[in-house]
Amino acid sequence: MTPGLHARLATTFGEFRLDIDLQLPGKGITALLGASGAGKTTCLRAIAGLERVPQGFIALNGETWQDESQRVFVPTHRRALAYVFQEGNLFAHLNVRRNLDYGLERAGGAVDPAEFSAVVDLLGIAALLERGTDRLSGGERQRIAIARALLMRPRLLLLDEPLAAIDVARKEELLPYLERLHETLQIPCLYVTHNLDEAARLADHLVVLERGAVAAAGPLQEVLASMDPVATLREHAGVVIEATVADCDVADHLLRLSFPGGELLVPARGQRVGAQVRCRIEARDVSLTLERQSGTSILNALAAKIETVSDAAHPSQLLVRLDMSGVPLLAQVTRRSWNALGLAAGRAVWAQIKAVALMG
Amino acid sequence: MSSNDLIALALTLKLAVVVTVVLIVVGTPIAWWLARTRSGWRRPVAALVTLPLVLPPTVLGFYLLVAMGPHGLIGALTQKLGLGLLPFTFTGLVVASVFYSAPFVIQPLHNAFRAIGDRPLELAATLRAGPLDRFFTVAIPLARPGLVAGAMLGFAHTVGEFGVVLMIGGSIPGQTRVVAVQIYDHVQAFQYGEAHWLAGTLLVFSFVVLLAVYSLTMEPRKSAS
Repeated sequence: MTPGLHARLATTFGEFRLDIDLQLPGKGITALLGASGAGKTTCLRAIAGLERVPQGFIALNGETWQDESQRVFVPTHRRALAYVFQEGNLFAHLNVRRNLDYGLERAGGAVDPAEFSAVVDLLGIAALLERGTDRLSGGERQRIAIARALLMRPRLLLLDEPLAAIDVARKEELLPYLERLHETLQIPCLYVTHNLDEAARLADHLVVLERGAVAAAGPLQEVLASMDPVATLREHAGVVIEATVADCDVADHLLRLSFPGGELLVPARGQRVGAQVRCRIEARDVSLTLERQSGTSILNALAAKIETVSDAAHPSQLLVRLDMSGVPLLAQVTRRSWNALGLAAGRAVWAQIKAVALMG
Repeated sequence: MSSNDLIALALTLKLAVVVTVVLIVVGTPIAWWLARTRSGWRRPVAALVTLPLVLPPTVLGFYLLVAMGPHGLIGALTQKLGLGLLPFTFTGLVVASVFYSAPFVIQPLHNAFRAIGDRPLELAATLRAGPLDRFFTVAIPLARPGLVAGAMLGFAHTVGEFGVVLMIGGSIPGQTRVVAVQIYDHVQAFQYGEAHWLAGTLLVFSFVVLLAVYSLTMEPRKSAS
């Protein structure tokens, strides 16, 4: 038995051609990233069995859900999955509790009351249970849908742009819940999004879809730090760094983050000391110097070694991959500076970081 | 009102109840099929079901009379089953009325099912509900206003029918003489007073039914917020 999801899907709709082969690990969130029309939702619907792709093979943990060569197709309601749609996740004729029950009763019934309240608390919906669905905000609706999905104890969780239909403020409100999900989830989860930040914030693995085909796939940090970024990522080439909050400078409102490659100072946003955080550093926010600079307003400078170099999107630019004690960092520099400084692979440099986006 | 009037009223109500029940049972799957299928047959079937709406009742009644007669398809079938011939019986009246009132039940149901859209049903499928489960726990509750409107319209329309009844049932007291026929007979006999009573009863009844249907299906106008 191979743990995880294996999906091979090939189909054409008029001009659009979908041809993908996905292997998902047995655990963790995989972001399916792509522009609209790249085929993300079609993939998800096919995996759920909501659409039957003519040439499809889908298996979860060794259990075949679809195999057109054998004419096997397990209908959606017999697949042990949970699906959260972009919107319209609640039945209008049932109140919140009965919306939860609808899934629970059919997914094998009784949930331990302790687990029920744990999930309800995790998603912060305890106060909503007896309400009708007509007076809920978009964020509340999605939280209820996610709670229901978790309570059903699925073996695969599918999320189709769960934040796309909510306004920005509510999105910020919902993201922490999804981050907690990331920490507690013991099953594979496929998270469809067109938003790189969302993917960088939540995912462990990243699959980039472009025009119906897999353009890049792998562990999130690796795909993002790739020296040959696919079109979807090129504009925002950069890395995600996992760090721990080491301490907090209350006077300056700064957090000191520590990670294997060094330390970073970022504006504090209420994180506790000891918390695990992710931050994103875009290549264009990283410049290189030969010596450590003094007399600069830039707070973050890290010692690094040049690993490789390649052409960036614009002919005047180069993309440089740096190594900071095993942690990769991408920098974008001009060809002119590269030559003027006499940079080369293996050279020790200082990476000056103009901006660090602290996520979550 | 005379006892004949009351017999006619009771018969009319009995007919309308039976026809409505039959149409809900038979019409709901048809409306569901029409709303969900991608088959090319849905257009001819929809046209066929709606036909009684535009046909003169006498045309429908005439064909049904022929079909239920000794040489017709339905007639041959009922004779083979040992039921005899249906024209001028209550059963014949029920069969004819089911055809005649079908669009009034199927149309609102069809619209209600279509208005649900795919999402609630897909959602139910992802929540492990099978096809029948989805139909009864999602489609029917969400289409309830259409179901109630269809039942009321079918009921009211059966109460008010005249042409088809006259062709199929004639005017046998307690068997086929419904209120509309009774009123006709009163008027033919210049019994305007009796005709007034029955006609007025139907008028009020129809108004009340339509008012109820609109109360159910017309959303209250939203005030500016």
